[in-house]
Amino acid sequence: MACIEARGLRKAFGTVTALNGVDLRVEEGRILGLIGPNGAGKTTLLNAILGLTPYQGELRVLGRDPWAERDQLMRDVCFIADVAVLPRWIRVSQALDYVAGVHPRFDRAKAEGFLAKTTIQRNSKVRELSKGMVTQLHLALVMAIDARLLVLDEPTLGLDILYRKQFYDSLLNDYFDRSRTIVVTTHQVEELEHVLTDVVFIDRGRIVFSRSMDEVESGYLEVVVHPEKVAAARALQPMHERQAIGCSIMLFDLKLNGINRQQLAGLGDPSTPSIADLFVAVLEHKPGDRSRQQQGAAQ
Amino acid sequence: MSTLAKAISDVPMVADISPMRRFYWSVRRELWENRYLYIAPLAVAALIVVGYGLGLVHLPDKLRAAAALDAMQQQERIEQPYTFAALLLMFTTLLVPMFYCLDALYGERRDRSVLFWKSLPVSDLTTVLAKASIPFVAIPLLTWVITVVTHFVMLLLAGVRLLGTGLSVSSHVSFGQMEWILFYHLVVGHGFWYAPFWGWLLLVSAWSRRAPYLWATLPLLAVGLVEKIAFNTSYFGGWLAYRFMGGPKDMPQGSNPMTMAHLALTPAQSLASPSFWFGLALAAAFLAAAVRLRRYQGPI
Repeated sequence: MACIEARGLRKAFGTVTALNGVDLRVEEGRILGLIGPNGAGKTTLLNAILGLTPYQGELRVLGRDPWAERDQLMRDVCFIADVAVLPRWIRVSQALDYVAGVHPRFDRAKAEGFLAKTTIQRNSKVRELSKGMVTQLHLALVMAIDARLLVLDEPTLGLDILYRKQFYDSLLNDYFDRSRTIVVTTHQVEELEHVLTDVVFIDRGRIVFSRSMDEVESGYLEVVVHPEKVAAARALQPMHERQAIGCSIMLFDLKLNGINRQQLAGLGDPSTPSIADLFVAVLEHKPGDRSRQQQGAAQ
Repeated sequence: MSTLAKAISDVPMVADISPMRRFYWSVRRELWENRYLYIAPLAVAALIVVGYGLGLVHLPDKLRAAAALDAMQQQERIEQPYTFAALLLMFTTLLVPMFYCLDALYGERRDRSVLFWKSLPVSDLTTVLAKASIPFVAIPLLTWVITVVTHFVMLLLAGVRLLGTGLSVSSHVSFGQMEWILFYHLVVGHGFWYAPFWGWLLLVSAWSRRAPYLWATLPLLAVGLVEKIAFNTSYFGGWLAYRFMGGPKDMPQGSNPMTMAHLALTPAQSLASPSFWFGLALAAAFLAAAVRLRRYQGPI
């Protein structure tokens, strides 16, 4: 059974269309990165998946309709919607008591174990903790819940690099076990891409790219082209080209153009593109989107 | 952990948590967050006791002066500080839930913590009912307990002061009757008769995106104003006053509102009246709307 299945998902706020026909299928046991520019519809899509907002179209999460069956769904789904949503007045011990009191799948000993690895005091209030510690606390609470789907919306926004790295490390080492599914959005793709099994790009309320990381690795190649081979490389129709200190870097979609790796190896130094480069390439590749191309050129 | 408990916790399908337990924890969470709910009346009670203690110096003189009055007036006079203490505590615990209700569903959206609460398997209905139970049930009961203890301490202090004087306060104050009147007044009057007010404040709290205090009051004023301009009547305002004063029209003329007898009258009459039940229905409708709104509203 798919963990998340959406067909023709739509959502409009007044005249603004946030989701414009989203089709998405996420199998169980995957770690999906949902990447998109600001205002692309990421949070709206996650809110629909979590039953926080009504929508049009078809959506099943763990076989349930999230809007109609939200209360039951929340027993199997957990989310960190944003950094710093833990109430500031609550004490760490109260947060543990409360979650243990209301959540049937919460393992208090496990949460205590995660907290023991941090410097968080049991009788501190959330307002007394640093931003990084609040995130650690929230993660400890969430990881101690035996959920089938975990949704993370910008879980590390505003944290320093040490906490960010720690966050994904503990998520991967202490939580993920191939039977759970994780959906995560972030602006710091670089820190996340070694964690993901799947990646989806969303732009203007539509899914514009959806591949497994294996497909990305086998299907796309980035080449730092030797200056004398630039014309030959362009003839192979790269999906994107950018200039870096004195050379051209081109990104090729191997399947689309039927190119093989040997061909490209002769043109320069090939490597697997990063998600960030692929993202820029996919979003700028769309024809008739001049404003964004100019933006990209300016950058 | 015993081996049995360990074995149970290892079973992947965990037993579900009963709705009552979720409700219990939701109420506890309200008390953790809003400690003023009990600190404010406790502080007032402490002030009353201190004030009463200081005034004890003149107690024997007062009692001797009261001895000249007839039995009814004598009891009224001697009970007066006790009635006053009860009224002061009641006033406090009428004020406190107003602030509580207006913030209950607004504050969690403003500080975005609603996203945390909604990530847990607690329904909007449970949450709103838990919040409503504070002004409907918890505060009246708490006020009663605090008042009883305050009265008891006052009686005790008076007893100590009057040792060896041959005088007594407790023989004039019918402690048991007084507390039962208060219990009835608090539960029926503050909990149920005022229910539409609490419901309305909770609804405004769930609905407004800013300035809930204005939204709580201005629409009521507007309705009264429109009625006045359009029909030159003031039924709405009269009705509001009736709800708030607990039905002054039912009062016998000239009764002193500062006595226990008065407190006993108000709710006793309203419990039998249709408007009492209409108020409860209205409160239920407000709460249902608040539950629905909480489902749709996100952080602000």
